[in-house]
Amino acid sequence: MPLFDRKDKSRYATFTRRSVMVSGAMTAVFAVLAGRLYQLQILNGDQYKTQADENRVNQRLIAPPRGRILDRFATELADNRRNYRVMLIAEQASDGVEAALDRIGKIIALPDHQKQRVIQEIAANKRFVPVPVAENLSWEEFSRINLHLPYLPGVQPDVGETRDYPYREGLSHVLGYVAAVSVADMQGSDDDPLLGLPGFRIGKRGIEKAYDHELRGRAGASRVEVNAYGRIIRELSRVPPIPGKDVWLTIDQQIQQLVDQRLGTESAGCCVMDIQTGDILALSSTPGFDPNAFNVGVTPDEWKSLTTDDHKPLINKALAGIYPPGSTFKPAVALAAVEAGIIEPGYSVHCSGSITLGNHDFHCWKKGGHGNVDLHRGIQCSCDVFFYETAKRVGIDAIEQTARKLGLGAATGIEIPGERAGFIPSRAWKERTYGIPWQLGETLNTGIGQGYVLVTPIQLCTMAARIASGTTVRPRIAHMAGGVVLPRPIPDPLPFKPDTFQKVRDGMFAVANEPGGTAYAWRIPNPGLEMSGKTGTAQVRVITKEERLAGVKKNETLPWKLRDHALFIAYAPSSAPRYALSIIMEHDGIASHPHVQIARDVLLFAQQRDPLKMPTAYPVGAAQAQTGKVPA
Amino acid sequence: MITRPYALARRQLAPVDKLLEINWGLVLLIGLIASAGFAMLYSDADGHLWPWAGPQMLRFVAGLVILVAVSLVDIRVWMTAAYPSYVISLLLLVVVKVAGHTGLGAERWIAIGPIEIQPSELMKIALILALARYLHGLSVEDVSKPRHLAILLLLIGMPVLLVAIQPNLGTTLILVMDGASILFLAGLSWWWIVPTVSAVAAAIPVAWKFILHDYQKQRVLTFLNPDSDALGAGWNITQAKIAIGSGGLSGKGFLNGTQSRLNFLPEKQTDFIWTSFCEEFGFVGAIALLILFAVVIGYGVQIAVSARSQFARLLAMGIVLNFFFYIMINAMMVMGLIPVVGIPMPLVSYGGTAMLTVMFGFGLLMSAHVHRQVEIPRSGGII
Repeated sequence: MPLFDRKDKSRYATFTRRSVMVSGAMTAVFAVLAGRLYQLQILNGDQYKTQADENRVNQRLIAPPRGRILDRFATELADNRRNYRVMLIAEQASDGVEAALDRIGKIIALPDHQKQRVIQEIAANKRFVPVPVAENLSWEEFSRINLHLPYLPGVQPDVGETRDYPYREGLSHVLGYVAAVSVADMQGSDDDPLLGLPGFRIGKRGIEKAYDHELRGRAGASRVEVNAYGRIIRELSRVPPIPGKDVWLTIDQQIQQLVDQRLGTESAGCCVMDIQTGDILALSSTPGFDPNAFNVGVTPDEWKSLTTDDHKPLINKALAGIYPPGSTFKPAVALAAVEAGIIEPGYSVHCSGSITLGNHDFHCWKKGGHGNVDLHRGIQCSCDVFFYETAKRVGIDAIEQTARKLGLGAATGIEIPGERAGFIPSRAWKERTYGIPWQLGETLNTGIGQGYVLVTPIQLCTMAARIASGTTVRPRIAHMAGGVVLPRPIPDPLPFKPDTFQKVRDGMFAVANEPGGTAYAWRIPNPGLEMSGKTGTAQVRVITKEERLAGVKKNETLPWKLRDHALFIAYAPSSAPRYALSIIMEHDGIASHPHVQIARDVLLFAQQRDPLKMPTAYPVGAAQAQTGKVPA
Repeated sequence: MITRPYALARRQLAPVDKLLEINWGLVLLIGLIASAGFAMLYSDADGHLWPWAGPQMLRFVAGLVILVAVSLVDIRVWMTAAYPSYVISLLLLVVVKVAGHTGLGAERWIAIGPIEIQPSELMKIALILALARYLHGLSVEDVSKPRHLAILLLLIGMPVLLVAIQPNLGTTLILVMDGASILFLAGLSWWWIVPTVSAVAAAIPVAWKFILHDYQKQRVLTFLNPDSDALGAGWNITQAKIAIGSGGLSGKGFLNGTQSRLNFLPEKQTDFIWTSFCEEFGFVGAIALLILFAVVIGYGVQIAVSARSQFARLLAMGIVLNFFFYIMINAMMVMGLIPVVGIPMPLVSYGGTAMLTVMFGFGLLMSAHVHRQVEIPRSGGII
């Protein structure tokens, strides 16, 4: 290499030497890289594999479809309906969420507060999460959205499921409603993972609450792969949910509907029962509420109007409304008297319009009095003086025991939550509570169903059924739940002497079938379908001496709140009773007795339709012998 | 000034001869590495050529053409072009600072018609060319003389400063490392090296306080303790390690990487492509790719030491080291060995400028190989 000068040779040597050093350094770096790979992939590989799976796999619950609620002939009282809704995916709304909402607002009605809610929800969620804009759309609205879809980027029509109560206000107090899970629900003993599912609804009231577990079903699960932003990429496996089981009620929707219609907007409660089995055929409390509204969420305004309404639409008056029974209590007093042997042949009381005890006058509702009154006429005309006198003779203890045997003073045990027990006073209670002995005057008041006595409409209906059947029949409304026929006890005979009931039944027959009876004007004239009954009026105000002298004001002239409550209990047909009924209309004690008219029409319809003779859609199941004794 | 005839040293080769002289084995290795990149870009797009794998292939083909074309050009032409290309690159760096637009928080890009280029990428080649050109005229002793060293450091310092203020920490680092390693190869005295390295080590706390940007500091901090902010800034490192680690010995299989395909990995098609490769092909695949890289580097070193001119040697070794620094920084970064700095994996990561400059660099390396017998006088290689 003659052309290479000496200096270049030394450069070359230096370069080569240092290149070898550099190559050694590079080899060392490659060794470090390989070592690091070994450490990450071989030594710690399993640990990172687990982390990668935790990253990508997400378990999602699938809500089961809720069981239906059916009446005895399989009419759907509560079911699930398609919920047509419009969702908005923020990231796909090319020109912003507000512009998208404005465009939707031109196609379907979209109030401003709803737009605000959507904007808030979108802000709270990831941009790819579909947020509901409008729910429960009509098919027409839904079609319009679908038609405009090409011009609505980010808008996604969607069909979900929502609870539907086709009879709305009717049955609202029986069925209750479903609503979103509250914090209190989450903290309860129920640890079903479904409660944590967004948008999940549980039973909050009525049958929906009582049989929530049977109706709810079991959650399914879907293992899904998600990406780093939580968006679902695909489903890996799926365990289908177990649908909730239907609940069958003993209700006959035909009768129920008639009752609901006739009660209308009155503040009233009504109960119709099979006197042999205790099957509730209709149970109504008006005014009701729309359970569908609770499902989607009641607005503050709606809630305010529900809670401030003086007709109390949120109270189930049939179970939780407690009233003085008034004259409807008289059959119980009569029974006690007959059983005690007070009603001998020829027993009568002279009614002059009032009776004096000590320095206090006890008035009959009829100012001039009824003259000589026997048991039959006493019940027929509802003579107060007769029952003052008879109650005085029978004594509070026998009245209390009889009332309890007839099902008063204790909850009937109906399957709907929220029932109240009413109240039957006793000597012991009086002593215990007030520290003074029971007063005879209080016995007199109790004798006409005033004073301390408080009952619920369902108790009154039970009482009517027990008088008519002579058994310890109890009301029941649920027949099947969770796929099994619920236990159905055989009622025991009530421990009264054989002809005791007959005397009272005769009196109740006279009420609605013999001239002079308080319900004679509204009798059922059809031969063989006659009803027996007992009217009642519960005073809600004190009538002063001065007013009595000047003439008691007629209910029609009083403000609504001060009018008497009107009550009626009945059963039919009188000859071989099957249907028992109780009705109470608050502040409606007017002469034309609209509540008795309703009772008459309902009982006539029930007998003509006769649902008890028709085969039910559910298996009847064997009744079991009842072990519980009548409370005494 | 020319005192000796150069005819003997100037073996004139016909273009056909030059084509045969090209080391086609090396080209094949480069193609294999690029193919690993195509596969990963295809996989990261959920099994689609669009948007990454297809364009990347086209760029690679363009890069191949550039490689061959560059390798056929006489090494002395490149020597002549060294200073002009350095000056142009420097000017472009100034332009991009003034008129460029910002990408990912840094001013790096410049648009020439429809093509967007990163002058900092061009500068890496230009700096190597310029340094090799200058050092070609110096003896080993000259390199350590303050007069020459000052000029050399100025050559390195100007682009480093311009890139650093963009700011672009990754490229700054690469430029410094390129420059330093070329000075080292040219025979810089240990008397300079040892004190300088010590001084740099001492200056790190100062740099931390006054020079590094907040986001750069953040990267270092999260590197030191990635779990401190596992869903925030530590996310990249944590997820990259999960991706690589979960690949295990044999990987999850082509198109089956969950970490990258489900977007747990940031920048999966560019800086973090190595992680998805490790995830899908496992330890076996990753080591195989490392070996490919190592063989390419070995070829390069061999080309460098067998060249007859100092310019070609330094140029070839500079290109090889530049390639190596890319690999080292990128792999160490995604495997959690050093803080995150934005450096792509050469030939594998998606990116036009990077692909073309790397292929251009290999073209220069190949030119050094094809013209390895060419001797160039110290005074210059003008032809």
